[in-house]
Amino acid sequence: MGMKKKRAEHYERLTHPLIREDGVLRRATWDEALDKAAEGFRRNIERHGPESFGMMACARSTNELNYVAQKFTRVVVGNNNVDSCNRTCHAPSVAGLSAVFGSGGGTSSYAEVEHADLIVMWGSSAREAHPIFFQHVLKGIRNGARMIAVDPRRTSTAKWADLWLGLNVGTDIPLANAVAREIIHAGLANTTFIERATTGYEEFAAAVEPWTPEVAEQVTGVPADAIRELAHAYATADRAQLCWTLGITEHHNATENVRALINLSLLTGHVGRFGSGLSPLRGQNNVQGGGDMGAIPNRLPGFQDILDPEVRAKFEAAWGVRIKPYYGRNLTQMLEAMGDGTMTTAYVIGENPVQSEADSLHTIKRMSMLDHLVVQDIFLTKTAQMADVVLPAAAAWCESEGTFTNSERRVQRVRKALVPPGEARDDIEIICEIARRLGHDWRYESAEEVWNELRSLSPQHRGMSYERLEKLQGIQWPCPSEDSLEPSYLHGRLWDPDPAKRGMPAPFAALRHSPPVDTLDDEYPIRLTTGRRLDSYNTGVQSSGFNSPLRKGETLDLCPEDAAKLGVAPGELVKVTSRRASVIAPVNIDPGLRPGLAFMTFHFPDEVDTNSLTIEATCPIAGTAEYKATAIRVDKLVPAQVG
Amino acid sequence: MDLRFRDVEPTAEERAAVDALLGPAPSAWEGGERAERDLRVAVGGHEARERRDLLLPALHAVNDRVGWISEGALDYICRRLTVPPAEAYGVATFYHLFSVKPRPASVTHVCTDLACQAKGANEVRRAVEERLGPPGISWQPSPCLGLCERAPAALTLRAGETPGAVVYAPASAENVPGDAGGEPEEAPAAAAVPQAGRDGLILLRRVGVVDPASIDDYRANGGYAALRRAFELGPAGVIREVLDSGLVGRGGAAFPTGRKWDATARQPDRPHYLVCNADESEPGTFKDRVVMEGDPYALIEAMTIAGYATGCERGYLYIRGEYPRATRRLEHAIATARARGLLGERVLGQDFSFDIEIRRGAGAYICGEETAIFNSIEGYRGEPRSKPPFPVEKGLFGKPTVVNNVETLVNVPVILTMGAEAYKAIGTGSSTGPKLFCVSGTVRRPGVYELPFGATLRDLLELAGGVPEGRTLRAVLLGGAAGSFVRADELDIPLTFEGTRAAGTTLGSGVVLVLDDGVELPRILLRIAEFFRDESCGQCVPCRVGTVRQEEALHRLSANGRSPADDITLLREVGRAMRDASICGLGQTAWNAVESAIDRLGVFAEPRGGAGDRD
Repeated sequence: MGMKKKRAEHYERLTHPLIREDGVLRRATWDEALDKAAEGFRRNIERHGPESFGMMACARSTNELNYVAQKFTRVVVGNNNVDSCNRTCHAPSVAGLSAVFGSGGGTSSYAEVEHADLIVMWGSSAREAHPIFFQHVLKGIRNGARMIAVDPRRTSTAKWADLWLGLNVGTDIPLANAVAREIIHAGLANTTFIERATTGYEEFAAAVEPWTPEVAEQVTGVPADAIRELAHAYATADRAQLCWTLGITEHHNATENVRALINLSLLTGHVGRFGSGLSPLRGQNNVQGGGDMGAIPNRLPGFQDILDPEVRAKFEAAWGVRIKPYYGRNLTQMLEAMGDGTMTTAYVIGENPVQSEADSLHTIKRMSMLDHLVVQDIFLTKTAQMADVVLPAAAAWCESEGTFTNSERRVQRVRKALVPPGEARDDIEIICEIARRLGHDWRYESAEEVWNELRSLSPQHRGMSYERLEKLQGIQWPCPSEDSLEPSYLHGRLWDPDPAKRGMPAPFAALRHSPPVDTLDDEYPIRLTTGRRLDSYNTGVQSSGFNSPLRKGETLDLCPEDAAKLGVAPGELVKVTSRRASVIAPVNIDPGLRPGLAFMTFHFPDEVDTNSLTIEATCPIAGTAEYKATAIRVDKLVPAQVG
Repeated sequence: MDLRFRDVEPTAEERAAVDALLGPAPSAWEGGERAERDLRVAVGGHEARERRDLLLPALHAVNDRVGWISEGALDYICRRLTVPPAEAYGVATFYHLFSVKPRPASVTHVCTDLACQAKGANEVRRAVEERLGPPGISWQPSPCLGLCERAPAALTLRAGETPGAVVYAPASAENVPGDAGGEPEEAPAAAAVPQAGRDGLILLRRVGVVDPASIDDYRANGGYAALRRAFELGPAGVIREVLDSGLVGRGGAAFPTGRKWDATARQPDRPHYLVCNADESEPGTFKDRVVMEGDPYALIEAMTIAGYATGCERGYLYIRGEYPRATRRLEHAIATARARGLLGERVLGQDFSFDIEIRRGAGAYICGEETAIFNSIEGYRGEPRSKPPFPVEKGLFGKPTVVNNVETLVNVPVILTMGAEAYKAIGTGSSTGPKLFCVSGTVRRPGVYELPFGATLRDLLELAGGVPEGRTLRAVLLGGAAGSFVRADELDIPLTFEGTRAAGTTLGSGVVLVLDDGVELPRILLRIAEFFRDESCGQCVPCRVGTVRQEEALHRLSANGRSPADDITLLREVGRAMRDASICGLGQTAWNAVESAIDRLGVFAEPRGGAGDRD
């Protein structure tokens, strides 16, 4: 059997609406498509109630689209089932940070990384996955900052590091606890900050006490001396940045992982000061903004808690409807609800869950059970191919007006430079058309009108008029006033000598080690971890159309020792099997790996469906799946008999 | 660091050569065996990147041992030093003396530059080609080897466990490498100094008099008295003496040395560095070689004084790769000075530490440019930097740096021992002190001559015996390839900075290349143009393109007898663009000699262009 050549698929832009008829998608007029989309939603809501509807909003689209999409869910449909792919990456960061500090954003700004003395990249290969942020890291390094990388693999990021710690996959909490214990025992804990601004220190100190560097070495695999070096470097730095990405968040206990890192910042006072902070690196251009706009099931726009009656009252007055006083379903729970038949219709805007979710075969099965699926996208993605109605949208970054919010909470304007191709229409306009067909006479004259409505409801954004955003080339939230700007870092309040101004103290978390769910055994002896490469973007929908001299298609990366043991050569096709599925992929040798550790991306799902291997073990708090730890077996393919 | 290795293994010999310089590889990430710990921890970062300056020495180590630098060797060096292989390749291919293609252990460099050209280099070249085959494998034509007093010259560099060098000078059709006749003994340095041993010499007084390998002999002849005097004066006092002496740089730019030192000493940024520019590569220049070979301790003492005055703890002595004997002598001199407490911690028991590290060039004229030399030492391609910032603010490793040429430095001990007033009395008001001149070409007694500033070109040529019997002086090239020609009727030009400037020429680095009527001038001009085209680093457009256009035009001019007006107009345009817009002196001066040949000597001019044509 011949393998398809490893060339990524090139997607063509959608230029007209499609509707499913007799099982196949056919071209339709806008009126036909919009009528059918609205009719399907109405039918399901009437038959099964509002909870049968789910909305997946787009982390790459504008804040304004996300605002309107969540408003559609809460006002037109009447539930809180709205989420986006942030669930698959940084929901645990938001959950962890907001539990400790009351807001879910990174606490520092990019420029502060350039002025740090120490940059810790924990579970982040920013060199490949966040190349723009890494430029700031490089500036910091050139300004003299030391960089320490914590990652199971010696990645291209780790190659820039002064020290790399190669821990076992899923042992971040033991490592962080051991670092904390070493800091405490070395007398390097910042007692002033701990007393002034934190709670729960005693329980925390007791919880980390058993984690001597030697004990941690047994669990994490990292030599005790290297753990000590990390602890001392972090505690003694005047300004330290702790940055993380999906190596921390794509685990079944991801929110606890995030809390483990936050603990270190509380222990040393590396938060709430210029240059010291916590930076979860976001992957989509507007994954921060999507959450800020309320396109998540537990927060209203402005990151305001749905459970707060005063907050709800404000929105109810503005929107003229009652808001459900409970959290909606997150992405993971929506998929589950599709599986058990309680969710029967979905409106997916610019998302491709069929290829981005863990255990993708399972996802396809669940989504195919929907009675009515509407997909609004710029490409006919694998998810769109399953839809009943496909609505062609304008590309947010060049065919729409609006704003994006980046990882440092900076809201920036995006402008329309091109006319959308064919009949493609602006996202907001499409949503309004459907809303009108469902009895809500929505008309927004411009993105600015949407934005001003958001500003009237979100204190964090109140001071950000379009005019001011333009003049200042972007503004970071919080920005409650049109007359002033807040510091570039968050939570400076924690350092205030006045307890009243200090506000809610930041709680430590006493955390236990919880190894990956997909355990290794004789049958599945190799730990597969997944990630990104510099030249490709997520499922490849947006990057595969562009050539890259670096791209070599999907591979199973093995260390030289494992490749030798298996008797496989670079480029040789092997069968990779997890407890859920098998895929066939060519071998690539990477000395940055070690025996028992393998690596794949999920950039080429049409050739190698990596996410059919991964486990859908999710974080109970944030709902993120454990993409980073799969147990696999690698088998040599028996060569076909000649003759 | 973004590192993309080719995964080619070095040979055991290549590995041994690199390890001899850097020590054994400490981890698998740096090219060693993969150990358990390597799977869990790696160090590097700043510490690894700070070793970048060992790149050039590491390339030398392999080239010296094997004769060329293979992909495996380059890969290994890059792993050891955390340098991207693509960058290291860019550095290795920057230099004439390195090869990234296989070649024999012995390679002969046959000088085809100006002085040798005037003395029959072409016959030598033909003879070598006959014996060794076409150039590029076991031999190659070379820019000036700095052996001009013994022209024509050839140099064989032999790689191996103990690398060696053989000088053929003068080379002849009978005495060239590949010959069965064996290897010639090299003449002593003093042979290059016709005045050696004469009274009244100042800079050259010890050449041929003292044993260059003996620090005791040096001290017995006045050595290290100046350093003691420097300690009495204190750093500020030394700088004042140097300022008062009127000493200006002898490398060609004639910048006041005392002001340079003062500006460096005042910089609050630390550390300060001293760089001695011994990358003497201007065609026709060999005085620094003669001083280094004949009186090496004088340079060591001078550098120590400069380091003391400007607050440096470390001096880099950058010697061109074509000077193996000078390198050997200085290595020995530094080692013995260190053993005697004259270098290292607490020099002479004073609260002053200073040491000198030798860095070898590898064949690149441009590395004599005062900022290109920094890039070369730091392990980058030897491309000049934009100024400002000037070296006194941000020089080597981005720190305040004083760069001086060898001849400039060896004037300093003289100033301190005789005093600024006495020194200033030598020479003229604007050009003080003694000056070394490199006399070569068709002259009876070529060599390094010392004269006080103010002597005329005629005085110097008389000292050197003039052109051989039966010949007529045609022209003199002053200042080397970057200098300009003067006519036989202009010998009364005083050899001072102001005097040569007034005559519309330059003293440059002290080159006095004599050409009699037997020399074909267009060929010399072509060779000059070829030199600049070859040595242009290619970084800035005016020089990269201009030097090529200049050579092409000269080829056309010497090939056909047609009216040259168009090509001369083109040469002037290109020359002006290079002079106005090149970022360093190479491009700015690449047209000087050709221009003077056209305007002053009337080469290519029928009828001769008037003075009004000059720009």
